[in-house]
Amino acid sequence: MSAIGDQSYYLRGMQLEPLPPPTTRAGPLGWLRANLFSSPANIALTLACVLLIVWVVLPFFQFFLIDAVWSGADRDACLASPAQPNPGACWAFVRVWLSYFVYGFYPLGERWRVDLFFLTLAFGIVWLLWLSAPRRDIGAFYFFVVLPILSFVLLHGAPLIGIIVVPTTLWGGILVTVVVATIGMVFSLPLGILLALARRSEKPVVKWAAVTFIEFVRGVPLITVLFMASVMLPLFVPERFAPDKLVRALIGVALFASAYMAEVVRGGLAAVPRGQYEAARALGLTYWRTMGLVILPQALRVTLPNIVNTFIGLLKDTTLVFVVGIFDFLRTIEAARADPKWAAPNTTVTGYVFAALFYFLCCYGMSRYARRVEARLARAGRR
Amino acid sequence: MPRHTRRLGSVALQIAIVAVIGGLAYGAVLNAAQNLSRAHIASGFGFWNNTAGFDISQTLIAYSASTSTFGRAFWVGLLNTLVVAAIGIVLSTVLGFIIGIGRLSHNWLAARLAGGYVELIRNVPLLLQLLFWYNAVLKSLPQLRGSVTLPGGGILNNRGLFLPRAEFGPNFTAVLVALLIGMGSALALRAFARRRRERTGEEVPILWPALGLIVGLPVAAFVLAGFPITFSVPQLGRFNVSGGVEILPEFAALVVALSVYTAAFIAEVVRAGVLAVSTGQIEAAQALGLRSGRTLRLVILPQAMRVIIPPLTSQYLNLIKNSSLAVAIGYPDLVQIFAGSVLNITGQAVEVIAITMAVYLTISLVTSLLMNLYARKTAIAER
Repeated sequence: MSAIGDQSYYLRGMQLEPLPPPTTRAGPLGWLRANLFSSPANIALTLACVLLIVWVVLPFFQFFLIDAVWSGADRDACLASPAQPNPGACWAFVRVWLSYFVYGFYPLGERWRVDLFFLTLAFGIVWLLWLSAPRRDIGAFYFFVVLPILSFVLLHGAPLIGIIVVPTTLWGGILVTVVVATIGMVFSLPLGILLALARRSEKPVVKWAAVTFIEFVRGVPLITVLFMASVMLPLFVPERFAPDKLVRALIGVALFASAYMAEVVRGGLAAVPRGQYEAARALGLTYWRTMGLVILPQALRVTLPNIVNTFIGLLKDTTLVFVVGIFDFLRTIEAARADPKWAAPNTTVTGYVFAALFYFLCCYGMSRYARRVEARLARAGRR
Repeated sequence: MPRHTRRLGSVALQIAIVAVIGGLAYGAVLNAAQNLSRAHIASGFGFWNNTAGFDISQTLIAYSASTSTFGRAFWVGLLNTLVVAAIGIVLSTVLGFIIGIGRLSHNWLAARLAGGYVELIRNVPLLLQLLFWYNAVLKSLPQLRGSVTLPGGGILNNRGLFLPRAEFGPNFTAVLVALLIGMGSALALRAFARRRRERTGEEVPILWPALGLIVGLPVAAFVLAGFPITFSVPQLGRFNVSGGVEILPEFAALVVALSVYTAAFIAEVVRAGVLAVSTGQIEAAQALGLRSGRTLRLVILPQAMRVIIPPLTSQYLNLIKNSSLAVAIGYPDLVQIFAGSVLNITGQAVEVIAITMAVYLTISLVTSLLMNLYARKTAIAER
């Protein structure tokens, strides 16, 4: 029973050196290794990205922040000179023209009305979009009924109560962009809901009228709709009723947006389970009460992110009224950059970047909001 | 309400709707006729065959201001629109797929860069981007005297890009024939390789032989035929550039703006499509030992395509519709020629806008018809 000399087993006589620890997966180094340098291809990709940043992103900030000219009275401030051999963005130009970008030719003494309009509008938007605000039904009434009347009185004027009339030809800049976008939103949502309901109607005439309108509008570019509104609309009404140029563009934008809104709302309606319709009918609700009290509240809530996305598209599309000769924000930039007093190589690009910043902040804000609502809905749906 | 009364009410409502729409249309036509006759504007499509009398800066088919008709101008504009759209679709698809897949990359930097691109581009209006490319980038290129000469004989200045034009000798047909033969035999090789693989499980390499056939045969024919190609190199004159092919800055700006803008949307479509493929599929592919490139190509993309294609088509349609923004920078597309020049000359708003809209509508409707066919064909067979 001696184990010695028996070769049927093996016993290690000495201890091995411990293996090196596995490459770290925690900490900044491990993160770098896992996310940026995991394979040769990945390393190449990382290097390419770094090069891109060095060549594009850094010069961008250099141009618009570090080398930028912040103040000055005319083009000389933004031209190359011995003092600044390589001038960057010409923000002085934007500062001088800023009030024109915001108000257009709106009379100086009346600009408080525009400011007040912006305030009431912001108030309405916050009331509607802040999901836990009190009495959002009153908010909706305020936004869709009170606000349009109030804005008309404020911006256009009402001689009866002593607010002088400012013709729309003097409106311009961000004011016009906001007016066009807001009117588009205020009208396209109810119109879109009606169109969506009509499209799901059982009455063939109603259904086909809605389908024709929606598919027609969605099939053509907004520019042609605007052209139609601006050159054909005046033909179709008696001469003395020919609408104002801005009103024509507003009609075009609102009709265009409502067709897109109709499709978004239709998606929401389709997401409401059939049982909801049947239960509402079983309770004896009429069609309009079924829709108003049971179906639409659910449908609109589900599709709120899509509605906001349509609004983003609408805000971007307002720039097209430029083409039919309305002084929106972009058009004021175009007008200002043609000013010979500011003719410097960098004014054009600065003006455009300023406009881009405005649109980006508005649109990005809205899309962040849409995403938050979406996440909230997803959480609610999981319960 | 008893059923038959409700039915009667529904019919009455529909008749009322038809009456209202008909009445409005009748009133509009009446007003239009009155307004037009007062302004002494002809009606009908008789102008189609009249001499156009205006110049177009880019014509792909023979056109001259003094002899060509409005009808000819229509085809010139339509072709210009289609060329921009076709090139834009190809470029935006390539860019969009790269960015969409980049956004899902494990490489943190690449994913962030792609995400930044999408957010930035999607939240800035296309018209602003178009003006940026045209006025801020292309117009700031050197003037004629300071033209940049590109390697290979191209000339670049703020009037456009001038490239050598290839002129084909009579023997060039041989090269085309060789190309056809090469493509045919490559297809045959692929079919053979596939049959072989399905029968024996053996992988036959086809990439390099196929490339050899498609590229090698035409090159051989080209050499044998005695280089049947000559180049007309653009010459820099004192006041203009002669010879070569001219690419207008308007064209370049439109193509770049449309591609860059649409690519951001396509990237999101691609991302959503790839995310729609269940992770089980990817894990199964990895378990089978497929490398990541092949997993993407053979497993993920074919399944993602089913989700991607319908929204991708609507992005293509958007691109075609957005190409009408050409009017803002003066690229002679359909809208610029028709709703711009022709409308100004003839004043026949109704006919001109109707023709323009009909073109876009036709493109949209045909595409969505094809899309429905595709969706029916690729729908997963429910078991």
